[in-house]
Amino acid sequence: MKVKVLAFGIAKEIFGSRHIEVDMAEAANVQQLKAVLEQQFPRLKQLASYLVAVNDEYAEGPQALGERDEVAVIPPVSGG
Amino acid sequence: MIDIQITDKPLDMQACINMVMHPQCGGIDVFIGTVRELTKGKQVLRLEFEAYEAMALKEMRKIAETAFEKWPVQRMAIHHRTGVLEVGEVPVVIAVSAAHRAAAFDACRYTIDTLKQTVPIWKKEIFENGEVWVAAHP
Repeated sequence: MKVKVLAFGIAKEIFGSRHIEVDMAEAANVQQLKAVLEQQFPRLKQLASYLVAVNDEYAEGPQALGERDEVAVIPPVSGG
Repeated sequence: MIDIQITDKPLDMQACINMVMHPQCGGIDVFIGTVRELTKGKQVLRLEFEAYEAMALKEMRKIAETAFEKWPVQRMAIHHRTGVLEVGEVPVVIAVSAAHRAAAFDACRYTIDTLKQTVPIWKKEIFENGEVWVAAHP
């Protein structure tokens, strides 16, 4: 399946785009997505940390992903 | 009453205060974030704020709702700005009213502290010789 991943802040610069499409196995989870992203974009590993959000909510590693989900990479936040 | 806004227009501090005014309240606590001119001694030219807007609105509402559970507060406004901000401009305003001041102070501090940890908004500092996404790297 193809998962569309939104990128913000420094993640947008690392991806070179506001969103990318990632090829994943059916029923892949967040942890597997992070592994694929880190392979394609090793600079992600240099961040202090980063989280993944699914449908506007922070998601844990085991959470399954679907093609219709809105997935986003959330680098360390710095609002306020 | 909770009012959450993200906007690319200058924030209206007085509007935030007016919004939380209530006859049952004995006080209003306001936090105003401002763009500082120096980071570690380096001159900041401007900041650029970016938000994952749908999620940021949701996360800010969660913070406000938690504050209402933890303290007897009456009304809260959280307004955050995005886009390019110059030194001295205001990226965030939080206004909280309560019957008694202790709850307003505590809820306001909790809200700005938690906002900085959980709300998906990012700022880039622009210096004369480069730019940095704040907190991105260890």
